[in-house]
Amino acid sequence: MHVPDGFLDAPTSLATAGVAAVGVVSALVGAARRELDDRTAPLAGLVAAFVFATQMLNFPVGAGTSGHLLGGALAAVLVGPCTATLCLTVVLLAQALLFADGGLTAIGTNITLMGLVGVWVGWLTFRGVQALLPRRVGMVVPAAAVGAFLSVPVAALGFVALYAVGGQAPIPLDRLATAMVGWHLLIGVGEAVITALAVSSIVAVRPDLVHGARKVLQQRELVVREEVRA
Amino acid sequence: MGASHGHHLHFHGHSPVHHLPAHTKIVALVTFVLVVVATPRQHAWAFAVYAVLLLGVVGLAGLPFGHIARRMVVEVPFVVFAALLPFVASGPRVPVGPLSLSEPGLWASWALLAKGTLGVLASLTLAATTEPRDLLAGLERLRLPQQLVQIFGFMVRYLEVVTGELTRMRIARESRGFQARSVRSWPALASTVGALFIRSYERGERIHLAMLSRGYTGRLPVTHTLTASSAQWRLAAALPTAALVTLAVAVAL
Repeated sequence: MHVPDGFLDAPTSLATAGVAAVGVVSALVGAARRELDDRTAPLAGLVAAFVFATQMLNFPVGAGTSGHLLGGALAAVLVGPCTATLCLTVVLLAQALLFADGGLTAIGTNITLMGLVGVWVGWLTFRGVQALLPRRVGMVVPAAAVGAFLSVPVAALGFVALYAVGGQAPIPLDRLATAMVGWHLLIGVGEAVITALAVSSIVAVRPDLVHGARKVLQQRELVVREEVRA
Repeated sequence: MGASHGHHLHFHGHSPVHHLPAHTKIVALVTFVLVVVATPRQHAWAFAVYAVLLLGVVGLAGLPFGHIARRMVVEVPFVVFAALLPFVASGPRVPVGPLSLSEPGLWASWALLAKGTLGVLASLTLAATTEPRDLLAGLERLRLPQQLVQIFGFMVRYLEVVTGELTRMRIARESRGFQARSVRSWPALASTVGALFIRSYERGERIHLAMLSRGYTGRLPVTHTLTASSAQWRLAAALPTAALVTLAVAVAL
């Protein structure tokens, strides 16, 4: 899923690096204002480590193959989109600089596709679906699933768009788009199922930690029940 | 941090490349890869020169060939993609043996392989010769926003702890007879993800409180600033300069 060096030409790589820089700086501002205060870097760092570790967990698909979670939408639902953008940016930086996964010149492209498009499409879809569903804590799970499902093919479409601008081989665009989106719709289904299962297991235990559930939780009132006779 | 320090790509050494300040290495390698990516693919010999230059750096760093070769496997997905390109790309076809392949596709496939391989080799060289701690200091020196540097720092520090937690959960699952074979095992694995998140988040809160109680103000104290002498900059600049000269010659010819 990581774009290597030489896949897109140099101007496109530089342009996406610019987009990524602008996006990450706005996420920094947004995270400082709404999600984290200045002093919660340890928390965001641990969430980044969580995203990194989660990507190492293999989910068997059958016939000996397996896939892993991309985690953009999951992170957005759990800690908020700005913090999620920062966490994925750091994860992608570490993968490129420490693990040679994803090209050095493609860092901007990878951050744009996975850190910005993946996270924000997932988050906005999540919020959209949440607005349509009844306001209950349990509804966070299907909303997260739809967000995770959409985030993957849209990021793939983003890649196709970049390829149209700076691709290095004349692949017919319609064919590339069909192949990429078709394949990523399948991956999206997996992403949606795993995200839903993971979010539901967290909502069951610690709904207060789920950023996307906060609005719903605030509406719950304290109910004082009648005394139960022993 | 009870776990192993460093990371699995790092190769301990005392070569001139190891001793270069991290930020000079980052700048040098990113510039080098940028030059490689910008090189028109017709100039095959230029890529050969790049490869020789980069292998020279690997040799100077004293990295064993096996150490690098084994880690080149991250490239495999792109090799597969590059192998497919001549079949799916459009344009005039050329017969190669029994197959009819797209000529622009073959060119693109070659370019992807050459540039991708050089890119991976460059990243591996950086990773093998730079400790995460130094890399972090280098990124900070290169004006990566303070908040990102800190998140990066905490991630690198606790990555071993979090992956260790993941390993313990796997051992716990497997000692209860669990085997991840098909889609039916997804609920168990996904609840591992959930548990891992709760544990990581709570650990993050505890670390934050522990640091506050030790006077953390949102910035880590700087014990030493990373500096590079002009000699070190010149040494680091040797690789991208040589690459740039190669590119200029290739374009001029």
